Amino acid sequence: MQSTKNPLDSVPLSTCSEGDRVRIKKLKGEGAYKKRLTEMGLLKGAEITIQKYAPLRDPMELVIKGYHLSIRVEEAENVLVQPMSRG
Amino acid sequence: MTVTSRYTIALAGNPNSGKTTIFNQLTGSHQKVGNWGGVTVEKKEGVARFNGIEYVIIDLPGTYSLSAYSLEEVIARDYIIEGKPDLVVHVVDAGNLERNLYLTTQLIELGAPLVIALNMFDEAQSKGLEVDYDHLSKLLGIPMVPTVGHRGKGIDKLMEAVGKAISDRGSRSRHLQLPYGREIEDEIDEIQHAILSVDGLADRHSPRWLAVKLLEDDAVVKKRLELRSTDGILAQAMISRDHIQEMFDDDVETVLTDRRYGFVAGALRETTRMSKEQRQTISDHIDNVLTNRLLGFPVFFLFMWALFQLTFSLGAHPQAWIATGINLASKVMIGVMPPSLLRDLMVDGILGGVGGVLVFLPQILILFLGISVLEDTGYMARAAFIMDKVMHTLGLHGKSFIPLIMGFGCNVPAIMATRTLESRRDRLLTILINPLMSCSARLPVYVLVAGTFFGVAAGHVIFSLYLLGIVLAIGVGQIFRRTLFRGDATPFVMELPPYRIPTMQSTLIHMWEKGSIYLKKMGGLILSFSIIIWFLGAFPRHSASAPASISNTSIEAAVTDSASSPDNPPTHDLSDTYIGKIGRVIEPAMRPLGFDWQMSVALLTGFVAKEVVVSTMGVLYGSDKAENSQAAVEHGLKRSIASPLIAYAFLVFVLLYTPCLATVITIRREAGGWKWAALAVGYELVLAWAMTFVIYRGGHLLGLG
Repeated sequence: MQSTKNPLDSVPLSTCSEGDRVRIKKLKGEGAYKKRLTEMGLLKGAEITIQKYAPLRDPMELVIKGYHLSIRVEEAENVLVQPMSRG
Repeated sequence: MTVTSRYTIALAGNPNSGKTTIFNQLTGSHQKVGNWGGVTVEKKEGVARFNGIEYVIIDLPGTYSLSAYSLEEVIARDYIIEGKPDLVVHVVDAGNLERNLYLTTQLIELGAPLVIALNMFDEAQSKGLEVDYDHLSKLLGIPMVPTVGHRGKGIDKLMEAVGKAISDRGSRSRHLQLPYGREIEDEIDEIQHAILSVDGLADRHSPRWLAVKLLEDDAVVKKRLELRSTDGILAQAMISRDHIQEMFDDDVETVLTDRRYGFVAGALRETTRMSKEQRQTISDHIDNVLTNRLLGFPVFFLFMWALFQLTFSLGAHPQAWIATGINLASKVMIGVMPPSLLRDLMVDGILGGVGGVLVFLPQILILFLGISVLEDTGYMARAAFIMDKVMHTLGLHGKSFIPLIMGFGCNVPAIMATRTLESRRDRLLTILINPLMSCSARLPVYVLVAGTFFGVAAGHVIFSLYLLGIVLAIGVGQIFRRTLFRGDATPFVMELPPYRIPTMQSTLIHMWEKGSIYLKKMGGLILSFSIIIWFLGAFPRHSASAPASISNTSIEAAVTDSASSPDNPPTHDLSDTYIGKIGRVIEPAMRPLGFDWQMSVALLTGFVAKEVVVSTMGVLYGSDKAENSQAAVEHGLKRSIASPLIAYAFLVFVLLYTPCLATVITIRREAGGWKWAALAVGYELVLAWAMTFVIYRGGHLLGLG
């Protein structure tokens, strides 16, 4: 995957596949909800590995800042990321 | 050695940082568990002695942050500010430094004197992490001690550092300030000036902390300031917020969080190094099996089945021992004491009531042993991960599943198990619908009535009841979610901690805590209510003969599923007692459901415990016969209940109304107030009446009556 500075390259985290490595470009949403995500380390520039999806494809498991975090797919739609490498 | 001084130490840290293990190491068995004032968040307190100094250790709720985002965070923060502990020991997972140190930045800002325990240091090292913690300690301005909580390593050193930090308190010259960068610092200064211009405002809080919190638009801090006519400060905060928003093109909270994480990353860059290539850990391998697309569910259901069997099948044995013990005690008392009112009170009221309390204890102990193992190994988070999709469509959280499934065994431990849910909304919802899970005490009633009226189809009838309970739980849950708990849904952001081997000590302590909370906080209430109901069933007395007791048969029925108690042949008519009278009073209300007064009385006595319905029916329907046999009861039932339709309606009522006194008391305790218990009892009665009415009347219209 070629990474360019084109913002069109940003995709919702929810569309990524198991094993992908991505970098956060933007976090949508607001209030306590967004704050929770940022405090868990989901900040612009942070690198994420998509570890796996749950057996029913929701929620998903991420590795961020060296630890494992699960978030629901509907929440992952608010996280725009730029793919770094495919799994 | 004599105790010369006494200090208070608060333990703060992320969930899964091993904070509880450190707490157990420090305090051993000298702990007491309660709730934080007025809320249902657990508060643990203990005493540790070191070098002749006594330390009161307060275990704060595990939190990722101190942003007043959740009740736990507000409690932890308020305690550090208002409770003024002499020192805060911050337990940090050394293998997960970056996120753990985020909390550190907030503790630094609060201005609390800190010592950091770099916990699970061995685990971090084996992952290949090298930490120059002396250097890191200097950068943060906080003493740091590596510890391995579950092996008790480093605990002495930690307490040495604590003692030293406390005695150095006065001379602490360097107080680190978290740098936010020029632009933000300017705004903080502005707000700080406004704060300092109001007399007395900065007495209790550091003005810088207040300024940062106002920048973050912290609702709790704002509310407290609003009481003190501080419009100027709030206005300045608004201006500064807008200013930063404009400058950084992002909301202020995110900018500040970003700066804190930036500070942590900077400090770690200088002081840590990974010596090994990151590859699959043992934990990852385990996880590949346990949350596997194909194996995940079978393994999960296997664990649930095992937990259920252990709790309720294995638990039945000690229950039987308790029943035997109580029976024996009753016999001894009957043998020793002459027939009297006092003897009846002792045997039927008190001993029966004590039995009714103790009967739940084995299940509570075993269930919490299991839950503690599931939590400490890290599997609980995976169970929630697997089940969340299903539970979320029902408006619940993945972690709601375990309390609900345990409800089929017994609602009392099941409701206590809702403490694993972090969000209050999810917890309350799970508590409120839990009684609709048909507990095992209802089964004897189903078996007796369905067996009498439906013959070979009894199995299908009973299955339909369980199903009806589940369907109604989903419906009621949806209604509550749209009315009582609107809007404050929380995001499902859950850490999946590495798999770990649980320690015997914390598992046993956790189990014992639950048991003792149950006995101390709930046992007395359950006992008192049991005695009141015994009284209503035993008085007024017309003869010297022993009254037909209600409560003393409940425990036997629970264990043996027997239709009645052979040891206690009924000797007088329940219809003359207060309960019989109440039964006649409520009869008009039950008439539209096709229930006569005997059925009403049986349902009334069922408030003590559902299986009592069976023994009451034994008394009411078998009493005109010399022998109180199963056949006599069935005969009586058939005479009283006119049709299978009414029998089914009766079973639906038994399924839906209040399971038992103990459940009501547990709801009060776990939801935090009588109003929740009243709500549960109220909606269950309304639901039971309405469903029964619909079934009875509807059946009639269809010609089934």
